[in-house]
Amino acid sequence: MTKFIDLTLNGISTGAIYAAVALALVLIWRSTRIVNFAQGSMLMFTTFIASAIINSGGSYVEGFVVALASGFVLGAIVERVVVRPVENAPPLNAVILTLGLYTLIVALAGMIWGNIPRSFPAAFSLRGYTVGGTTLLFTPNDTFIVLVVIAVAAALAVLFRFTSVGLRMRGAAFAPEIARLLGVRVGRMLTLGWALAAMTGALAGVLVAPSVFIGPNSFDPLLIIGFVAAVLGGLDSPPGAVVGGLVLGLALSYVSGYEGSSLVPLAALVILVVVLMIRPTGLFSATKERRV
Amino acid sequence: MTRARRPAIFESTLLRSLGLVVIVGLVLLLLTNQFSAYRNLQLASGAYYFCVLAGLTVLAGSSGQISLGHGAFMAVGAYTFALLNFNEAWSVFPALTAAVVAALLIGIPVGAAASRLRGPYLAGATLAFAVGLPALADKFPSLFGGENGLAINPPIPPTWLGSNFPLERWEAWIACAGALIVLFVLYNVTHSGIGRSWRAVRDDEIAAALAGLRVGRRQTLAFAISAACAGLGGGLLAAVTQLADPGSFPLQLSLTLLTGVVIGGLGSLVGAVWGAALLVLLPNWTNDLANSFSLSTNVSHNLPIAIYGIVLIVAMLVWPSGIQGGVRAIAHAVRPGTPSRTGQATEPAKDESAKDGPAKDGPAKDGPAKDGPAKDEGVKASQP
Repeated sequence: MTKFIDLTLNGISTGAIYAAVALALVLIWRSTRIVNFAQGSMLMFTTFIASAIINSGGSYVEGFVVALASGFVLGAIVERVVVRPVENAPPLNAVILTLGLYTLIVALAGMIWGNIPRSFPAAFSLRGYTVGGTTLLFTPNDTFIVLVVIAVAAALAVLFRFTSVGLRMRGAAFAPEIARLLGVRVGRMLTLGWALAAMTGALAGVLVAPSVFIGPNSFDPLLIIGFVAAVLGGLDSPPGAVVGGLVLGLALSYVSGYEGSSLVPLAALVILVVVLMIRPTGLFSATKERRV
Repeated sequence: MTRARRPAIFESTLLRSLGLVVIVGLVLLLLTNQFSAYRNLQLASGAYYFCVLAGLTVLAGSSGQISLGHGAFMAVGAYTFALLNFNEAWSVFPALTAAVVAALLIGIPVGAAASRLRGPYLAGATLAFAVGLPALADKFPSLFGGENGLAINPPIPPTWLGSNFPLERWEAWIACAGALIVLFVLYNVTHSGIGRSWRAVRDDEIAAALAGLRVGRRQTLAFAISAACAGLGGGLLAAVTQLADPGSFPLQLSLTLLTGVVIGGLGSLVGAVWGAALLVLLPNWTNDLANSFSLSTNVSHNLPIAIYGIVLIVAMLVWPSGIQGGVRAIAHAVRPGTPSRTGQATEPAKDESAKDGPAKDGPAKDGPAKDGPAKDEGVKASQP
């Protein structure tokens, strides 16, 4: 029973991180209809920046803030410089472009920081809570992870639903022509969408970093599971991304705890296939006609 | 697809493809006799990449589906080959046939599932497939050899070729024979009614369904054929490298395959040749280039990867329709009268923009409706 509770709590905290990555992918998909395969390497890069700051004497908070800020800037630059020219090209071209970007950023990180993985500090204690004499695997740092992800998801929801910028961003994403006629700077909104998404990704990177050693390729599995979570929830739906992330986090935690970690990729595949066979556009997609 | 006034041999797809295969085969035969052992190995790897890329380009270009999971089908082919060739002592060609059949059999249910999915959902599912399937090798270590994989004996050249016949040349022959078979089959399939029905499904699913095509079945067929090609490629890879292990089929392989297809030129078999050549030669070139400077270890180890990334980005910005699209554009600029040869490679650009909802209706760069050469062909095709 303790094991079940441990696995559940662990699943919630890893699920929160998957949810953040999935949110990053969903935000970009909504604004530009591109699956950003470079997201994993972008959040790797920003985590390395945070690590460099902390290693040179900065506090955790400074590293955290700089990671998010550099994620924001990186996302904006990537959208403006590299992605803009292929936004109207066939989607496969955008896929290849983001793959190229992924490769380039991984190589750059290797050049700057080397390929040997290094550790990253946690924000809070990694010693589990003690309840009634048994020590749980859930730690204060896990609480921090869950709360931060909830806060960011809530902030994004408020931004999109209740602010003028959010309305303009939704307009630019869903009806660019009409939005442009109404005076929305569509290009700028798309850039902002990428910047926010990359910032959410950077957050996921900093949060997951203490539990993986950070190296140029160590965040690749995170991107894959984040993408699966986003597809699971429905790529157009931010709530879907959060639910998809949590569902995957819990399911993979149980599989890895009871059956062994080698089955995790297979379990992710099975879950995704079962869900997509029942709902081909994810759990939270609105049913709509498909343009042919 | 009717073409006006050509010699009789060009009228028959079968004869035309046979001629093509014979000519290419003779050229390859001459080349392998001249090549060094190293060049022959490169040719062999180019040939097995071609098998996979050709299957994938038909899937993505003709049928309009994308797959990020073809590395997994290569793994199926490679493991089938290894189990039969080494453990069961089958000879090379029956084992390769079995590799194709195994990949085909797995490709059918995967294709049936894939035919329900579109765009990024299909990408996500096939991505999970590419990551999930190789995990089976870890789960059943007694059968699949776990992390170490299965080692295979090198294929032995038959005795009638002489006792000194180099192994590498024999491997190149096997791989090239596989590539030629794939070329022959896919050329005929894409030029047959099946290929036309794929393009119909790709361009307008509803219209195709109204015209009586079973859309799901057509897509499943395309997926299965393309999986079978990948299985052959994987079997050949195992035969040439004498190893089938999980490390040979990482997710990067699947992504690299897709890259090769798009950079080569989507939907064109010639594009698959360009893509295969690129996959074999580019890593060598970038390594040589990086080693020609004296740099610190960190930089020199990562420079080839960086160059590869830059090549991908620049290629997509400069040549959105791939190398073959660029070649065709140049040919068209030189001789404006020449129609684009089959139209296949220029069409996918359109289907993908059309498939993808309202946000993407911008300028489809090579869409036939907006493109000079394709329009020419449309006019020609309508003449009796």
